[in-house]
Formats: sequence, structure tokens, C-alpha cells
Amino acid sequence: MELAPLVLSFQIAATATVVAAVLGIGLATLLANTRFPGRDLVDVIATAPIVLPPTVLGYYLLVALGRRSAIGHAFEAIFGSSIVFTRTGAVVAATVGALPLVVKSARAALEGVEPTLMRAARTLGAGPARAFFTVQLPLAGRGIVAALMLAFARSLGDFGITLMVAGDIPGETQTASLAIYDAIQEHRDAAALGMVLTLTTIAIAILYAVNKLTGGRDVR
Amino acid sequence: MSGETLKVSLRITNGFALDVAFDVPPGVTVLFGPSGSGKSTTLSAIAGLVRPSSGRISIGDDVWFDSAEKTHVAVHRRRVAFVFQSLALFPHMTALENVVYGMERALDPGSRAKRAVALLERLRVPHLADRKPRTFSGGEAQRVALARALATSPRVILLDEPFSALDRELRIELISDLRESIRELDVPVLFVTHHRQEARALGERLVLLEGGRVQRIGKVAELATGTDASFDETPLDADRMLEP
Repeated sequence: MELAPLVLSFQIAATATVVAAVLGIGLATLLANTRFPGRDLVDVIATAPIVLPPTVLGYYLLVALGRRSAIGHAFEAIFGSSIVFTRTGAVVAATVGALPLVVKSARAALEGVEPTLMRAARTLGAGPARAFFTVQLPLAGRGIVAALMLAFARSLGDFGITLMVAGDIPGETQTASLAIYDAIQEHRDAAALGMVLTLTTIAIAILYAVNKLTGGRDVR
Repeated sequence: MSGETLKVSLRITNGFALDVAFDVPPGVTVLFGPSGSGKSTTLSAIAGLVRPSSGRISIGDDVWFDSAEKTHVAVHRRRVAFVFQSLALFPHMTALENVVYGMERALDPGSRAKRAVALLERLRVPHLADRKPRTFSGGEAQRVALARALATSPRVILLDEPFSALDRELRIELISDLRESIRELDVPVLFVTHHRQEARALGERLVLLEGGRVQRIGKVAELATGTDASFDETPLDADRMLEP
């Protein structure tokens, strides 16, 4: 079994999950707790990666982050390497794929917290930030952890967006899902099977854990 | 800070129409009326949870809301003790943590905890200190919620039918405990109920609300003895359920 692509997948998925957590929980909080013009549009854009083809997402990312784009140019000037076709690009791809799951689930979890509890916190002298961090966030905790686990599972399995934005460079951007594709093309069935079974086991374990985590609350 | 009077004059025009004006001197004023008469909305506006369309809300020399001057003090700066109908105890915190939550943060943690324990003792639930709300009985939860509200050194206490879920005996017991705790604080207390017996047991003054307007302001005693028709003839289903 080829270990390098699996290890790389884990590293990229872990980083992407952290980035998606910060962006996703922030966006979810904004959508759940505030009313602002363009809120529905933000919601739609944050959710779009679920339904858009990976090639379309990859195209947008290439245009936005490519070496000739403003962002890509600035990034390269500061860090000395480009975003696209590097490990950074793979992280960006995995993050974009995972973000909608975090936004959707975290928002549902935050909105599921009884609003009277936040009102109570406010009358007890808590400003909006304290009420959020001490009451709403902890009570939405389980749902948010579940959201992050799903995000990790999604990041681990990304294929299309990664291929478009980061390519398929062994040791650099060749994640397990890409390595499986290559192995099958080259008739290395045993290598493919090892990675297939590993990814499947992890995905099922995560989904099981997520069900346990969110199911317990529904029953009560 | 003691001896301040809460002056309320507010109008809400969007959605539920409300137009009320009354004063709440220190002591208990009962806000009485059938459901849908605007009692809860009035409390929410006083607390700052709802912003009135126009009017003025002040306590002593402080103005909390004034539509003419565009004043609207944020909820968390008003120091209002609000006991919600659902109590709204924080389920992830122990009774002690709930009570400590609203205390002035200038106090050090040690003296905050000490005061919280004293309050739980006064409300006869010191044994709940380290337990979480899901293990409380209805009466216990009420007592912890009251302790939490009193712990904030409030300038105004707002009680939104806090005893509605309790049976008669428990309710009488709690009312007498509450009366004692409130008397020491000497602040305006607005107590929403649609139970006549609760009104009689706790209140001194009474504001009768109906259809979003003040129908009458007077003393609980005169109104409850039947001299005022509109009070005793208000149809109240929950009240009937209370009669043995």
C-alpha cells in the first residue's frame, strides 16, 4: 500500500479543516445572528460548492488565485511560491469543498440554541460577544464538532477541485484520491485497493461518530 | 440607588400594537391582563430586548430609552433582572455558575461564589449548587432562576409569569420567599401574571392591561375586592384552573 498519498491527504485535510472551521463558523454566526443586506446572497455563495461541478469551482479558483491574478501575485511576492499547483492550492481546494458543510451545519446548530437563553445572558449583563462565546457557542458545540468532522471527511476525499487547482504532483499535491485514480490507470490494483479501503473505513467511522454526536441531542 | 422609580411610556406600532404609560415605584407592581394584552412585550421593551417605536423609559435620573433623543441603552448595560416564563437557565452550567454569570465582574471569583451560595441558601436550594438544570424539579428551577436574577444587583426586576408551570402549593411557598427577597432590595418590581391569587399575594399596585392599552392603574387590594368590575370579570382560563 502506498502511504505517502494517504499521509499527504491527512495533512491537507487537517489544515483545510482548520481554515474551514475559522471561516465557516464565522460565516455561520453572521448568517445565524445578524440581518444584513445581501445575507441571502452570502448564504447562496457559501453553499454553492455543494452543487457546482468541481471543474467550475476549479476554474474560478484558477482565475482568482492563479499566478497572474492579483491575489496570486501578492501571495507569490510574499511567500515566494505560487498558490496554484502547490500544496497550498490543494489546501485551498479542500477548504472550498468543505466550507459549505461547515456553514450549513454550524448555522443550524447555532440557530438551534433556544433564543431566550441568549436574551437571558444579555439581561444578565453579557454583551453580544460574551453571550455568544459563553452560551450560544458551547450549546451549539456538538453540532459544530459534527460539522468539522464532516468537513474533514469531505476534505480527505476531494478529487476534482484539487486536480484543477493543484494538479497531480506526486509528493506535493498527489492526495490519496488522485493516487487511486493513477493507480487504476496504471493497473496497480492492489495499491488502489489499499487506499480505497483506508478512505472508506475513515469515512464510515466519521459518519458513524457524527450520527452518534448529533443523534443524542435529538432524542432528548 | 434605592428608592428609584421606573417611568414607562412606550408605543409599538409595527406588528403588535402597544401604547402604554405607567410608573413603577419601588415595591411590587402587578402587570395584569389576559394573554395577548401586551404584558410580555412591555417587559421586553423595558429590558431593552425590544425597541419601541416611540416613547421614553427612565429609572431615577437615567434614561434607558428616548425616541426624541434617539437614546437606546443596550440590554446588558441596564442591569435589569428578568425572570422569563421558561426560566432560561443555562443548561450547560451548574446552579452556581448560573447564579454567578450575572454578577458584577469587578468582584473577585471567590466573593462572587460566596454570594451565589448565600443566595441559593436564601432561596433554600444550596444543595443544587453543583448540579445542572436538567436534574432540577420545577420548583427548584424557579428558585435558581430567582437567585440568578437577584444576584445581578438589579435596578429593576421583571418577572414574566415565572410561576405559571407550578402547582398551587409550590406557588404560594415561592411567592412568600420571593416577597422577602424583594423587600430588602427596594427596587421597582414588575410582576406579570394572569392569576388573580398571585396578584393578591404579591402585589401592592396593579396595572391592568388589555388589548395593548392600560385599562386601569390602582391598588391590588381595591381592585381585587370586587370594587372594580373590569378586574374581576376579566375572563382568565388559567385562573380558573387554579381554583380547587
